[in-house]
Amino acid sequence: MLEHLAGDVNADANLVRRGKHVKTSFLIAIDNADHIVRIEHGRIVSVTPGPFITPNYAFALRASRDAWEKLWSATPIPGYTDIFALVKKKLLRIEGDLHPFMSNLLYFKGVITAVGHPRKEAA
Amino acid sequence: MSPRFEPAIGRYLHLDLLGKPHRLYVEEAGAGIPLICLHTAGSDGRQYRGLLNDARITRNYRVIVFDMPWHGKSSPPVGWENEEYRLTSRDYVRMILEVSAALELDKPVVMGCSIGGRIVLHLAHEHPEKFRAIIGLESSPKVDPYYDVSWLHRPDVHGGEVSAGIVSGLVAPTAPDDGRWETLWHYMQSGPGVFKGDLHFYMIDGDISGKLDEIDARRCPLYLLTGEYDYSCTTEGTLEVARRTGAQATIMKDLGHFPMSENPEKFIGYLLPVLEEIRSDKQASAA
Repeated sequence: MLEHLAGDVNADANLVRRGKHVKTSFLIAIDNADHIVRIEHGRIVSVTPGPFITPNYAFALRASRDAWEKLWSATPIPGYTDIFALVKKKLLRIEGDLHPFMSNLLYFKGVITAVGHPRKEAA
Repeated sequence: MSPRFEPAIGRYLHLDLLGKPHRLYVEEAGAGIPLICLHTAGSDGRQYRGLLNDARITRNYRVIVFDMPWHGKSSPPVGWENEEYRLTSRDYVRMILEVSAALELDKPVVMGCSIGGRIVLHLAHEHPEKFRAIIGLESSPKVDPYYDVSWLHRPDVHGGEVSAGIVSGLVAPTAPDDGRWETLWHYMQSGPGVFKGDLHFYMIDGDISGKLDEIDARRCPLYLLTGEYDYSCTTEGTLEVARRTGAQATIMKDLGHFPMSENPEKFIGYLLPVLEEIRSDKQASAA
């Protein structure tokens, strides 16, 4: 599901600009499949699939495949259109050092949205 | 070529609120039945510019929008630097009544969104006789905290950026880009800690779920309009309010948590029949 993430984010000049101060690694878990996304200056430099023995990342976003698929659905589903909508339903867990995430929230929402089909709410 | 002004006028109103002198920014347009509009948490009255500029509304309604203290162009009270801003149900109700009295309004219609959609339920509970009708946008009886609101006010995170980031997903994915980003811009301009202070009412103090059964929409007509994409004030929450109070509820397609600013044209299409019904009731009762 994350095959095109780096290309799509890095091709979005506005999104890269919004994240120009971001230098971190974070983990996306889809069911039990982990992926570490490394970002420098707003550009994704690598998306590494697990499994990992000693994963090194600042924060993780963990949800079931079903929840991610609803979030990334081409047709927006009421109640599943934002990561905080999933958090509110207890379908997505955000854990770890949240400072890079919260201090660049619009950027990270744009990155997560970029995984799905292009939609207008992409930041 | 003459200047192209909008019909709305903005002025500063001096009044005592909650026992302190205040200077509130008030915009209004139109003539007829007074319609007080209450903005959302951490934003300001600019959210209602679509209504202020719509002749279909202003030909029969005097649309009045004020920035709450601490918000928009309304200053906080003198001495604000020595307190933490926290909105409570008691103060919010008093504020609305005192502004209405200062403007010498006779039984206005009151309409509020989000925190405004919640406080109008308190008004329906405590002061139904003071209003001609009450309109709740994105009304729900309570919203439990679903993120740590301390992120909204700390020196190492930009308060405006994080506030906009928090609410961005509440705009409907179908909203036009200009409405979406104007709505977020208002959040980016919020004063430090103001959104967090409003959420004290929204998530803690303003829970009205235990009193819903004491609200009777027959004492004051109560209308609820909620966007289908609002996951904060959910459609289920709105329908519960309607079921327990007798309010008329409408779920609005293609709209989210900020209907009046994210997509004014779409929202006004839902609002006009409500305003027309309120006006017809007034004409019927006057006959």
